[in-house]
Amino acid sequence: MTALTSQSPAAPPDAAPAVRRRRGRPQVGSHLTMLLATVVLGAPLVWMALASLKTSEELYRRPLQWLPGQVSFDNYAQAAATVPLGQLLANSVGLTVAGAGLKVLLGLCCAYALVFLDFPGKKVVFGIVIATLMIPPQITIIPNYTLVASLGWLNTYQGILVPGLASAFGTFLFRQHFLTLPRSILEAAELDGAGHWRKLWRFVVPMSAPTLAAVALVSVVAEWNDYLWPFLVVDDPAKMTLPVGLTLLQNIDGMTSWGVLLAATVVVTLPILLVFLVLQRRLVAGLTAGAVTG
Amino acid sequence: MTTVITPDADAVPAASRPPGDRPRPPAPRRPATRRSSARRRRRALWWALLLAGPNVLLLLVFTYRPLVESFYLSTLQWNLGAPSARFVGLGNYVEWFAAPTTGRVVTTTVVFTVATVGGALVLGLGLALLLNRRLVGRTVARTVAFAPYVLSGFAVGILWLFIFDPRYGLLQELLGRVGLSSPAWYTERPWPLVMVIVVYLWKNLGYVALIYLAGLQSVPQDLRDAAALDGASPARTLRSVVLPLLTPTTFFLLVTMLLASLQSFDIIKAMTQGGPLGSTTTLMYSIYEEGFVNGRAGYASAVATILFVSLLVVTAVQLRYVQRKVHYA
Repeated sequence: MTALTSQSPAAPPDAAPAVRRRRGRPQVGSHLTMLLATVVLGAPLVWMALASLKTSEELYRRPLQWLPGQVSFDNYAQAAATVPLGQLLANSVGLTVAGAGLKVLLGLCCAYALVFLDFPGKKVVFGIVIATLMIPPQITIIPNYTLVASLGWLNTYQGILVPGLASAFGTFLFRQHFLTLPRSILEAAELDGAGHWRKLWRFVVPMSAPTLAAVALVSVVAEWNDYLWPFLVVDDPAKMTLPVGLTLLQNIDGMTSWGVLLAATVVVTLPILLVFLVLQRRLVAGLTAGAVTG
Repeated sequence: MTTVITPDADAVPAASRPPGDRPRPPAPRRPATRRSSARRRRRALWWALLLAGPNVLLLLVFTYRPLVESFYLSTLQWNLGAPSARFVGLGNYVEWFAAPTTGRVVTTTVVFTVATVGGALVLGLGLALLLNRRLVGRTVARTVAFAPYVLSGFAVGILWLFIFDPRYGLLQELLGRVGLSSPAWYTERPWPLVMVIVVYLWKNLGYVALIYLAGLQSVPQDLRDAAALDGASPARTLRSVVLPLLTPTTFFLLVTMLLASLQSFDIIKAMTQGGPLGSTTTLMYSIYEEGFVNGRAGYASAVATILFVSLLVVTAVQLRYVQRKVHYA
């Protein structure tokens, strides 16, 4: 009530204040609710980071110890001693960069053909790409596993990478964007003697930076977090990605050493969390693009 | 600036030009344009093959071929990696429908899907309505809420397993503070399923909220103001103005969240491995278990086909019946 009376002198004397005031009143409650939601949603990640820095004596103390007594990286060292953490990180980075890069390239080229080229069967090609969005990749795991095994690709990087390379979502987003590009620029480029290759790289790509960034970031997140397929194809620790290596660690250490397991969990989640925090706007634009176009 | 128009033939890379198709001396006007447009068409086809070919080829080999092969494999009694297989027709399907575990798997799948999709939609909408107000620090809240969505499901599962730990977890401590004892999250039904659902909700809530936020931006403020001036309570405005205008967003989320939920694997693998006693084994998880743990690839292919068909049916039903109720502003 005090908030109400202190507010009224400043309010202009027309019909608006009634609405304003009604909307102004629950703000304290809203702020508290939002604060609570933020704490509840954010706490698990903070808890993970804190726990990974505690000694096991601190982790298993009751009642619970909230903060690590002194920051200790023992859990990380022990995780690295149990599984080849450096190698896993290198594998994950390499496969993510290669996978996302190739995915963007494939989608970009395919969308260029679908928008700027006239060729027989164009509608069929578009249909093939779009229908893929309806086919859950999980349905394909058994036949793809047998194919990859018969190629001798189990426990290889190409075995992890190649089956997931084709880009339906990226192609679709690029196509949507290309349709909005001014045709006149490309026609002028053509009159100047630019071939398709040059038109793609000198004209279309520079005009598509936000879409490129969005598709690339979505692919990076998907490749980094991908679990089921690499888990099935690889059991050699030297070829594992980080999430699969975490499974190995879980199987070795079980639930006996939470500190070690959580240290590895931090290694899996922190890089992508940093990418998210730095490039949030572009990433969110990509992840939510389906809602706007669909 | 003068534009130099290069003859068409010169623009064609030598490699892509068919042999014997050398540039010819100028011919009478009409045939020349026709021939050059034919050449242009052929050139476009080459470029299409080069640019779209790899992507389409990969889709055919790694998505469409396995889809068809999966139907075929589902008619075989075949163990993963075995050199020979026996044709059993619809035997695997008959076995699935008759299996004593099928009812449990279907129930678990339905409970998991309804709870995760329904929960994410309701909580996500609530969060979006909250973040749509001009609150101090709402950007931070939005970032915190969305962050779990970009993280590895497997890693997130491990993290929450620790939080749920009945002896050393954060949750038992907090429950203890308010005088409650921790349920046996890991072992006693229905808690393992509840646990998995909570984690799935936590991971996807921010995404739903963000999509709803985008939808809310398109609800005109004057409509809400008009409703408020007419004396509608905030709850009434929400029900009669905002929610109807959000139906396209809700419909989109319903379709995508259902597909994602029915395919979820990594959180379950990290937290419960489908157990205890199969109480968290969904249809998706049972494909993995039958195919790769028990090695019954033919049977698992039949389960995969059943999952695929139910996805198609669910989506078709949504397109047919739910979309009718969608209001486009």
